[in-house]
Amino acid sequence: MPRLTIDGQEVEVPAGLTLLQACESVGIEIPRFCYHERLAIAGNCRMCLVGMQGSPKPIASCAMPAADGMVVQTNTPKVHAARKGVMEFLLINHPLDCPICDQGGECDLQDQALYYGFDRGRYHENKRAVSEKNFGPLVKTFMTRCIHCTRCIRFAQDVAGVPELGATGRGEDMEVTTYVRKALSSELSGNIIDLCPVGALTSKPYAFVARPWELSKTESIDVMDALGCNIRIDARSSEVLRVLPRVNEDVNEEWISDKTRFSCDGLRRQRLDRPYVREDGKLRPATWNEAFARIDAKLKGVAGERIAAIAGDLVCAESMLLLKRLMEGLGSPNIDCRQDGAALPAGPRSAYLFNSRIAGIDKADALLLIGTNPRLEASVLNARVRKRWRSGELKVALIGPAGELTYEYEHLGEDPRALDALVAGEHAFSQVLRDAERPMLILGQAPLTRPDGAAILAAARRLADETGMILGTRWNGFNILHTAAARVAGLDLGFVPGQGGRDVEGILSGAQAGEIDVVYLLGADEIDTGRLGNAFVVYQGHHGDAGAHRADVILPGAAYTEKDATWVNTEGRVQRGFFACLPPGQAREDWAILRALSEVLGRPLPVTTLADVRALLLEAAPTFGTLDAVVPAAWGEFGEAGAIDAAPLLPAIDNYYLTNAVCRASVTMAKCVATFGDDASMKTGTHG
Amino acid sequence: MSSRAEIAVSGPPFAFTEENLAEAERHIAKYPDGRQASALLPLLHLAQRQNAGFLTLQALDYIAAFLQMAPIRVYEVATFYTMFKLHPMGRHHVEVCTNVPCWLRGSDDILAACRQKLGIGPGETTADGMFTVSEAECLGACVNAPMMQIGDDYYEDLTPETTVAIIEALARGETPKPGSQSGRRGAEPAGGLTSLTSMPGEPAEAGKSGGEA
Amino acid sequence: MLKDQDRIFTNLYGFGEPGVKGAQARGDWDNTKDLLARGRMAIQDEVRKSGLRGRGGAGFVTGMKWSFMPKEASDRPHYLVVNADEGEPGTCKDREIMRHEPHKLVEGCLLACAAMGAHTAYVYVRGEFYREAQALEAAIDQAREAGLIGPDACGSGWAFDMHVHRGAGAYICGEETALIESIEGKKGQPRLKPPFPANVGLFGCPTTVNNVETIAVVPTIMRRGGDWFAGIGRPKNTGTKLFNISGHVNNPCTVEEEMGIPLKELIERHAGGVRGGWNNLLAIIPGGASVPAMPKAVCETVRMDYDGLQQAKSGLGTAAVIVMDKSADLVRAITRFSRFYKHESCGQCTPCREGTGWLWRVMQRLSEGRARVEEIDLLDQVTRQIEGHTICALGDAAAWPIQGLIRNFRPELERRIAEYQASQSKQAA
Repeated sequence: MPRLTIDGQEVEVPAGLTLLQACESVGIEIPRFCYHERLAIAGNCRMCLVGMQGSPKPIASCAMPAADGMVVQTNTPKVHAARKGVMEFLLINHPLDCPICDQGGECDLQDQALYYGFDRGRYHENKRAVSEKNFGPLVKTFMTRCIHCTRCIRFAQDVAGVPELGATGRGEDMEVTTYVRKALSSELSGNIIDLCPVGALTSKPYAFVARPWELSKTESIDVMDALGCNIRIDARSSEVLRVLPRVNEDVNEEWISDKTRFSCDGLRRQRLDRPYVREDGKLRPATWNEAFARIDAKLKGVAGERIAAIAGDLVCAESMLLLKRLMEGLGSPNIDCRQDGAALPAGPRSAYLFNSRIAGIDKADALLLIGTNPRLEASVLNARVRKRWRSGELKVALIGPAGELTYEYEHLGEDPRALDALVAGEHAFSQVLRDAERPMLILGQAPLTRPDGAAILAAARRLADETGMILGTRWNGFNILHTAAARVAGLDLGFVPGQGGRDVEGILSGAQAGEIDVVYLLGADEIDTGRLGNAFVVYQGHHGDAGAHRADVILPGAAYTEKDATWVNTEGRVQRGFFACLPPGQAREDWAILRALSEVLGRPLPVTTLADVRALLLEAAPTFGTLDAVVPAAWGEFGEAGAIDAAPLLPAIDNYYLTNAVCRASVTMAKCVATFGDDASMKTGTHG
Repeated sequence: MSSRAEIAVSGPPFAFTEENLAEAERHIAKYPDGRQASALLPLLHLAQRQNAGFLTLQALDYIAAFLQMAPIRVYEVATFYTMFKLHPMGRHHVEVCTNVPCWLRGSDDILAACRQKLGIGPGETTADGMFTVSEAECLGACVNAPMMQIGDDYYEDLTPETTVAIIEALARGETPKPGSQSGRRGAEPAGGLTSLTSMPGEPAEAGKSGGEA
Repeated sequence: MLKDQDRIFTNLYGFGEPGVKGAQARGDWDNTKDLLARGRMAIQDEVRKSGLRGRGGAGFVTGMKWSFMPKEASDRPHYLVVNADEGEPGTCKDREIMRHEPHKLVEGCLLACAAMGAHTAYVYVRGEFYREAQALEAAIDQAREAGLIGPDACGSGWAFDMHVHRGAGAYICGEETALIESIEGKKGQPRLKPPFPANVGLFGCPTTVNNVETIAVVPTIMRRGGDWFAGIGRPKNTGTKLFNISGHVNNPCTVEEEMGIPLKELIERHAGGVRGGWNNLLAIIPGGASVPAMPKAVCETVRMDYDGLQQAKSGLGTAAVIVMDKSADLVRAITRFSRFYKHESCGQCTPCREGTGWLWRVMQRLSEGRARVEEIDLLDQVTRQIEGHTICALGDAAAWPIQGLIRNFRPELERRIAEYQASQSKQAA
């Protein structure tokens, strides 16, 4: 613990801190442009200069390790003059176009210029002009504004693992570019917009849309994948204009994926803004009462076992809970939240959670990926794997289709029977797992949706046991990576077939065979709606996607940005999303729709407020009582013994940019598809 | 002044000749295992030599793949170092040093002689593609100023007349004698040796080879 | 004046044969095995005793620099990197060593490596020195063939090999960490320090970077003793030194002389004096482009060593003496240097990237008088906003010549401005 003196104040700081961090730890803020706590230190902007006794020159505090006995000054005239000098240099070639710059109002350079800027320019030569670069459909460039801090380059290289950005040329002609005018091929590219301290890199879809002070800002939770990334939703009146990351060290650090950030224009298109009923084969607008009456009429006299419900990937815990209760009231055991048919049981909880937690990756030293491409299924988590791999402490192997994951791994083939070989110790990597202190596996959704999914689950469980991944309460390296934001809450709530009930496959085949008369789709779009036969379909949801097209009655619900709702991420972390703007037209919050419907059906649910619903949640599963944290799940028996088929594992995601109804409605996502090709899972090519 | 950071031109597919492949491997062998990126500068030199004095996008990508590097890292390097050319160059690249030691000894006149002889100024190439003239930064032959570099060779102690003679010789397809054009051997004072006059085994009269100045 | 028998570079002018035979005839490779047998610390001690300071410009004590290398062996190899990226305007001494005395460098590398526990040396030769790199490679090949270097260098049991790495046109690669980056196949952008190369250098391993001349004098120091070297020159400014005398002298040349030789004597004795006589002298830049120019009055008495020139508010730098007589346009000369630094800035640090271009543009106007008198002070302030605020010393180097110009020749700047204004108002009238 080095002891040093900062501005006359003696402080003791943890070893390994830089001077800048040491200063921050005692509340002294040091201006900076190139330094960023999550990126490699560059030390090039020179804004963070401080004085140090014994050093004739001011030193860059971002790069200097704090050491015992240092005497540091941060507010002497000399330090101030040095920073003013740097600021002037940054401004001489920076355009004075703040009024038309999208960074205006949230620009580091603008902010710092308040403190360190001169009141007039002393540079009377011509300013530099730099040509624009093409970074693809998401990131807009205005490179004349670039101050060469190289944050974007370091992010692309180190965090995203796509070394495609660089600084070409030298001296004042140095330019940040992709050089071959190629779009940045990362699912995390939007983060460079946040990292850019000036308006050189801004959001293309958000260009000239709004000023930060016009926006209402709501802290919420993302649903584009199952990580539950912490986000801030910026809206103006009823429109979500942009989505930004919030810091949560345990979940997303401060990154979000491009889908999380840029699919929000999909919230304005293809919306279900009023109820519809089907008449003469065509959907026509209706009132809520008409719609409810139609459902009531249809359900009259239908036996419970001929009714079914499927919950989709983007639905909140509250609506699933109420739908489950409603189905119970109707006497139906036919409910399922596993649209993809994943062979996951609703318990024990450890069977379907990412037990080591996302932050556990930071400690893992061996990782087996089974039928998952985390880069596409959970981009932010993949960056965390890469971070750990870069530290040199993590060995990775993969069973399943190979892809460019941004880290090296040993490919154990696509045949899932490799799991058995690993259990039997017939493969070298099983020794790596056994030798590791904190080994982990990540089992994706694709293997679980196979006919032998339960056997694969059992084999993975066995492997976890055999290779020392289960270390009591200290470590559980058995991890399920979900792709649906709704899934864990659904399993927590037991939104799975009851006694003698049908699962998704059973519901669809039942509908096809005329054994199911009514199917309630709660935001379920990722099923084969062609198999719903002659069943009467109710669709409750927010987008006119696959489910709504097949529906006989449409009940317009709220998207994730339009309601207070509870989400449980792949780790089992319960998080609350918040209302950022109103749903369009007559659309309503989903719990209220179900409550109202239950009334019409003569089986009123015992709730009148959202608080009532949440009390029920807690009753259904006590884990809902622990917000923003993970309740450790006890290890237990799960999976079904059985033979694993030799058929190769397949990718879980066909196209990264088109995985749900919101992004399928997004123009921005469509542009990404146009840029990166139809099959975004293939754009990264095969490994090696 | 054109920016160094501009894009390289596209050309036909590039691959090292067999001879250069061997040379490339010789360079890579100088560095520890896994440090093959260290051979980037030597390989760019090699590719440029093979490709008529400049690097195409294809050559850069080829070398990136050859050294298992991200192409952007190769582009960064190719645009950082001034000896790498990203546009077609004349067959003879005449680089006249105009930094102060040469300028004090008349480099302006040398440039003027080039202009007069070839009809082009710095940064230009003759219509027949034979000569490109550039202003160079200090080339490190300051006591033999003024000087210029053409290809691999230095031509020193120039006058406008000897400059023109060198260019004419090159135009005729000859290889003019590199080094001092005033008859000096190296960096000794032209007026006769002031040191090393009494070294055993060295002919004392050698010092007079520099003779007239 | 230095006697010929105390000169180290006896084939400086290339009259003799640069190959291994000629080198051996001049005393190189004589009993190198015995020198190596004295052991790592003994070589370091001898060099420390000589007082040798780095010949590349910074003048750091060589023996001390070597002592920073880890003493304990680890799995990380040690490296010697020789800086032959000679590019400081006015400087052309290492070139002579590489083409005429390459074996002194090769043997020096062997001894220096033995003194630092290194088995590999890389010589980074500026890309334009194609022929010099060839000459050095030839010498290395000869030495390897003769068993002077290789798995059992000179039969000493010490394994040693060295390689030439050519640069490609970037002055900044003369900065030691930029040079290391460049050998690693990257842009030549200086690294942050700490860590220092002696701890984390080439390929992340302990590395010492020395100038060509520094390494090339080591064999002679080892043979004749540190005391001999220390007896030449003045305390803390010992030994012999290669001086490059260029510009407005009658006989520009490179010469090996005693450290601390009076500047006037150096020029008159070896370079045939200032063109048009000493009284025709305007100014001298005594150590390459990066050090301030000195007016004639200072040149009269100043001694050519680290301390002497520092006292004169200039610096020895690379000992590249650029002489300007009264016909020279000093302002234009400094402007030319400003263009050079703008051209050679790597672009990494804000003050240097943005400031060098600013300096050059103002200097350009100033050299024509197209400026206001206040801009002289602005210029000075801008240099001080750059100086000391960057990762490496290129920013400082860009600042100092202009500071020297303003300090020593301000009246000339003001005269130019007045002259230009007068010509403008005449035109207007």
